Formats: sequence, C-alpha cells, structure tokens
Amino acid sequence: MFARIPARAVARAIPSRTLAATSVKAFATSAVSKDISATSKKDRIKVNFPGALDSHFSQKLEIRERMEPIDTFRVMDTDGKVLDPSLEPDVTEEFAIKIYKDMLTLNNVDLILYEAQRQGRISFYMTNAGEEAYIGSAAALDPEDEIFGQYREAGTLLYRGFTLDQFMNQCYSNDLDLGKGRQMPVHFGCKALHFQTISSPLATQLPQASGAAYAIKRSGRKNCVMCYFGEGAASEGDFHAALNIAATTSCPVIFFCRNNGFAISTPANEQYKGDGIASRGVGYGMHTIRVDGNDVWAVYKATQEARKIAVEQHKPVLIEAMTYRVGHHSTSDDSSAYRSKKEVEDWKRHDNPIVRMRKWLENKGWWDETKESSHKSFARSQVLKSFAAAEKRKKPPVSEMFNDVYDKLTPNLIEQKKELEELIKKYPDHYDTSNYAPEK
Amino acid sequence: MSIATLRTSYLAASLASVSRSMLKQQVPIKSQYAATNSPPPPEGFMPGVANSKFIRNTHHEALRNPELAGVANGETKKMNTFQAINDAMSIALATDDTACVFGEDVAFGGVFRCTMGLAEMFGRDRVFNTPLSEQGIAGFGIGMAAMGSTAIAEIQFADYIFPAFDQLVNEAAKYRYRSGGEFDVGGLCIRTPCGAVGHGGHYHSQSPEAYFAHTPGLKVVIPRSPIQAKGLLLASVRDRNPVIFMEPKILYRAAVEMVPVGDYELPLGKAEILTQGKDLTVVGWGAQLYVLENAIQLAQKKMPGLSVELIDLRSILPWDVETVCNSVNKTGRLLIAHEAPKTQGFAAEIATTVMERCFLRLEAPIQRLCSYDTPFPLIFEKFHVPDMIRCAEGIERAMKF
Repeated sequence: MFARIPARAVARAIPSRTLAATSVKAFATSAVSKDISATSKKDRIKVNFPGALDSHFSQKLEIRERMEPIDTFRVMDTDGKVLDPSLEPDVTEEFAIKIYKDMLTLNNVDLILYEAQRQGRISFYMTNAGEEAYIGSAAALDPEDEIFGQYREAGTLLYRGFTLDQFMNQCYSNDLDLGKGRQMPVHFGCKALHFQTISSPLATQLPQASGAAYAIKRSGRKNCVMCYFGEGAASEGDFHAALNIAATTSCPVIFFCRNNGFAISTPANEQYKGDGIASRGVGYGMHTIRVDGNDVWAVYKATQEARKIAVEQHKPVLIEAMTYRVGHHSTSDDSSAYRSKKEVEDWKRHDNPIVRMRKWLENKGWWDETKESSHKSFARSQVLKSFAAAEKRKKPPVSEMFNDVYDKLTPNLIEQKKELEELIKKYPDHYDTSNYAPEK
Repeated sequence: MSIATLRTSYLAASLASVSRSMLKQQVPIKSQYAATNSPPPPEGFMPGVANSKFIRNTHHEALRNPELAGVANGETKKMNTFQAINDAMSIALATDDTACVFGEDVAFGGVFRCTMGLAEMFGRDRVFNTPLSEQGIAGFGIGMAAMGSTAIAEIQFADYIFPAFDQLVNEAAKYRYRSGGEFDVGGLCIRTPCGAVGHGGHYHSQSPEAYFAHTPGLKVVIPRSPIQAKGLLLASVRDRNPVIFMEPKILYRAAVEMVPVGDYELPLGKAEILTQGKDLTVVGWGAQLYVLENAIQLAQKKMPGLSVELIDLRSILPWDVETVCNSVNKTGRLLIAHEAPKTQGFAAEIATTVMERCFLRLEAPIQRLCSYDTPFPLIFEKFHVPDMIRCAEGIERAMKF
C-alpha cells in the first residue's frame, strides 16, 4: 500500500521543522499562519488513510465547530401562497383535496378520541395536532412502500385507506382490532397497507427500516421504506446505528424526522446541539433535506425527490421536517407544566398546516367555506359513527392472550391457558368475561 | 423514554367542552358500558392499598419499626411514594455535593413527579434533563461514579431500560471486578418505574428484575411503600455498588404513609417479615405484597386458623436467603408471587435455593404464582397477572397437598 503513495506525498506528509513550529503556535493561539493557508489548491495532497479518502493534508489547524446551516425548503408561505411559481404543485384537484380532507378528518379523529380519553372511555391517546402536514409525505409514496412509524403518524395510515372503524377498533381494544387488544391505543399496524405495527420503545424502528429496505432492494421490487421518528428519538443509539448501516449497505430507505421541538417536556435545545437532525445525515454521508414540516407541498416535494433517490439509486435519504407539537405529548401529559399556553396559541394561529393548505386550495378555487363546513360535519359524523360502533363491541376472546406469542402454542402456554379456563369456570363473578367475545 | 408517560392518576379534564357536549349528545354512555367498557381505573385491578395493614398511617405506627430507631424521635410527614422518593433524593443531594440527579424530563419534575422542585432547589447543573438515550444515561452515570461522584439516574420506564442493558450488565456490574478493585462505580444508582398499572400494555407494565438479578455485581431493590422507598433509596444511593432501584409505579400515588422526615437508610439484602406465621411462608415484593395480603385473607376465610408468614423480599439481588429459609424451615411450605412472567422469573431462583436448603422440611411443592408467559397484554391484564384469586388458590394447593 505504501508503495503506491507518490514520493511527493510522502515528502509533504512529513512536517518540516518550520511547519512543526508553526503548528505548535497554532495550538497555542488558534491562529493560522497566512502563508501556510495560502498554499494553492493544486498543491494540496490527498490523504491516503482508509478512513477519510476525500481529505487533503493541510498545515492549517482547523478546529471546526459548525458547518453552514442547512436551509429549510418551503413551497408555500403561511398564507398558502406559492413563493416561486416554478414550485407550483403539479397535482390534480382530486389529489389535493384528498390530502386536505384527510388532514381535516385526522383532526376530527384526534378531537374526539382525545375527549373520549378524558371521559375515561379509552385508556390513552396521542394527537397529531400541528403536524398534519406529514400527510404530504404519505401522498408522495407508493402504496406498497413499507412504513415503519413511531406513533404520531396515524395520518399516513388514514391516507392509505385505514378506515375510521379500524382506528376506533384499535383504540377500543375490541374484537375487531387487528392487534387483538393487546397494545395501548394508537399502536396501529396493518399488513395490507404496508404499515408495520407501532411499538412504544423509541427509535427501535430505525435500524429495522434499514434492514427492511435492504430486503426490498434484494427482492428487486421498485419500492422503498419510509421510517418516521422524532427529534427526541434521534438521540437514541438506534438512530445512529440505522443511518450508518443504511448508508454503508445502500438501503432504499427514507428517514423522516418530525422535529416538533419537544420530546415530552424536553425542548430541542436540550436534546441536541448542532444544526438539527439534518446535519447528522450529512455526517453519515447521506442525501439530506430539511423541509418546512408545516407546508404540505414542501413535504410532498421533498419526499418525492427522496423516494426517487432511494428507489432509483438505492441510497438512504434523511428528511428533517421542522414543525411544532401543538398538542400535549399524550393524554398523560400536561404541557402547560413546561411551556406557555401563549407559545402554543401563537403557533396555532400563525403557522397552522391545515390553514395553509386550505388557503392554497381556496386560491386555486378548489375549496370554499361551504365545502369546508360540509366536509367537517361529514367527517365528524363518520368518526362518531365508528366511535359508537367500536365502543359497543366486545373485547377479543380471552384466549387471545396466549396466541401469537409463538406461531403455535408451546407446552407452558397450553398449560397456563388451561389453568385460566378452569379459574374462570370456578370464579365466574371474579373473572367476568361478559365483556369479552365468546371463544371461537 | 416512553410514548405514553402514564401517570397513575388521570389529569383533570381540560379540553374545551365543544367536543365533549358533542360526544354526550351523539354517543350517550349507557350505564352498562360505563361499568364494563370503560378503561381500568388508574389504580389498576389491585384492591386498594390504602386499607393495607402494612401501610403505616400514623406517626406512632411508622416509628414502631426497629429499623427506624435512628429517627425514632423525629418528625413524620404524610407522603405518597413519589413524594418519599423525592424526599430521599433531596436528602441525597443535600448531604453529598457530588450527587446529581438526571434523566429524561427530570428537570420539570419527571413524568411521575418524583423530581419535582429538585432542579429549583439544587440547580440545573445538579438536576438536569439528558437527551433521550438510555444507554447514554447509564454510561454517563457510570462515568460520574467512576470519578467518585454520586449519580442518581432515572430511566423513565423499566420497559425502556434495555438500551442500557449493555452499560449496566457488561460495564457497571463488572467495573470493580475487571479492574482488580482499582476502579468501581459504587456511586451509581438507577431508578426506574416498573410494574402493572391497569392500562400500560406491553411497554408500560413490565417487571424486568430477573434480567438484572442474573448479573453478579449489580444490586436490585424494589420497595413496597413510601417509608420503605425513602430508606431503601437512600441506602441504594450510598451503597458502594451499582444499584437498580425499581419503583412499582402503581404505588406512586396509591400508597401513602407517615414518613420520617429525617435522614435514614433501610438495609439492602435484608428481607422484612410482615406477618409471622407457622403454616406457610409467602414471599413477594413491591405492589404484589398487597395482592398477597388480600389473598391470604381470602384463604383464611376458607381455612380458618391458617397462619401465614408473609415476607417482603425488598432486595432481589443479593436476596435474603437466610430469612426465607429460616421461615420455610419453620412452616414447611412456600409460595412465591411476582408480576413478571413465570418462566425464569425470580421465583425460580428462590424455589431452587429453598429446595436445596430445606428439602427435607418441605411438605408441599413450592408454589409459583406469576404472570403468564406472554408479553404484557393490555386488555387481558386482569387475567394475566397473579391476582388475589390465583394467589389464594395457590395457598390452598400448598396447604391441601
């Protein structure tokens, strides 16, 4: 290996006494000698270390604290006006209205389920308030692109056709819940819609998304993986592992960070230093985009471009969507304990993703107040209908507790299942199963 | 960090009444659904802890405990478990300048309110938020402790401790041993809420003590009440070994006692006999003790005169073999109950040790009453955990063998 290094490079690589002296001075003062930095570019010699092949030797001691901040891509302003005519979305009326209606419906689902939790009718809920524009990312995907979500991306499922009944059945843990009542509300999952089931631990889905993308690439399918997470989750080791493994193994995966400013109570400025999550992408040698996460069309366009890179070049892309969590973290949280109500109100008023999209549609002449109120009341009635139906249903049969631990019941589970059956028979008042569906 | 940050009590309803009235008009709650379809109460399915005989409701009762001799002349104050834990940390910070408290969302008081007011009292350099990384929190604590400082780290839910498993099992546990005693991380204490709460599902309910109990070099402690939590936590913080302190989250608000306000420690590695008895030894820890208390009462109704010795193990590692074996040598029968699944749960270790040491004294098979061997299932929780009925059945089996 050394034999291949040009003699000149070796000579340059060994610092002369003069240079060494200057270096010491640089250490002491952080200043850099002018004549050294003036070395012309063509004289610069590339290093030959296997770990950083694009670097050059330099006699300038560089202590770099920051890179140029990455810009935030935006299509519309907060009034829904397209800022550069060349960025006018090339979409049909039907497509744009589908996105907007889903944003409104999601908002309705949130309002009703949040309130249902407050009334003690479901045990838990998390809203999407303020972040609805991420639906633009779902709209840019192929329906067979696999989604690995965190937990605040119900809108992507809604966009793909998860029905209101399905949402409600999951939140009520009833016998029609695809997850068989085993997980807390909002832990949706649906194989038919290529949406992997949510799990509560944070960032675990990221390296899984890389692996899934690798498998898709090997299968030859022209699809990618979409992986959602928050800026808080990006502090977990799994985030770094995922980006690195996706970059080194060339995985067609989009990592979509919803940077909403808060991880429960912890604000972004206590979560990380540096230029947001996007700067990490560049660090891992990935294509990286930062986008206004309250601008549906910017999110849509960014995801479209990211998808092209992922699917056509088999490379991972990181998108950081900047937004603001208007709602509490969950129904177990009261965010007034750590941020002012005024701050939240200001965001709602000045940069509301739903309002921005609505104004864009109105500018196009595709939407108006009549359509708005008619869809809102339609959505509300549909949501309430599903809600009422789900509430009336029974929970899954008790035996479902033992299924799916493995593909087949193991001897210990068979024994435990039998034990429970006998207990229920012996103590029917204590083990009231009247609210559970009968065993099949 | 958690998706949910469950609290043991629901927050007061706060949303505008628009959607509320809408719900009421269109989807009236039928009383039968309100009774059977609504989510479980915040205190879960556990019968009230408040009526337990093991809860010290008065100043006098609290101080009757010989382990509290050091503060016998001091004041007591009504505290629930999270307040007692807060009080312990406050004392730890006040008595040790090197001590720091940190973790996710710790600065504003923590999602279970255990660190409330500490940042204001001791400063943000001693009580602070960390980025969201359990392995980072554990490793950071190890580093502080390696420098001789005291690190009181919070992992927001025991269900989320697994990213820190490597740091705890391969690093903290072996720090002293691998260096020949040159270094240690005795100043490290990891606090983490554990256990079922009625609506936590897979990832807000687990009791992972057995994973850590399989690791020489760690200590594992689980308190049952506010008085116990304060004394055991102070001992855990000051013990010269890394300690994982698991707090049954259902007891944060449910258990209220008169807690000595002074500085006191309760011994690690030492079980406490809660009731003396001669027919059967029952061993449990944490919130399960209140289930066992009810189960024993139920069994005594069926078997009048039944005399049960109930032991709170308190320390899972190292555990008090002597107290348990002495008891079984006396009673000849043993039942162990815990919320973690049965297979490879810590009951297995206790049962084996007792079998080794008390074989000839055993008059019935050792009973293990544990959760079933499935992930923690939200809607089936009441069937999953070893509740009063199941434990009472176990008592009957042991007695009628």
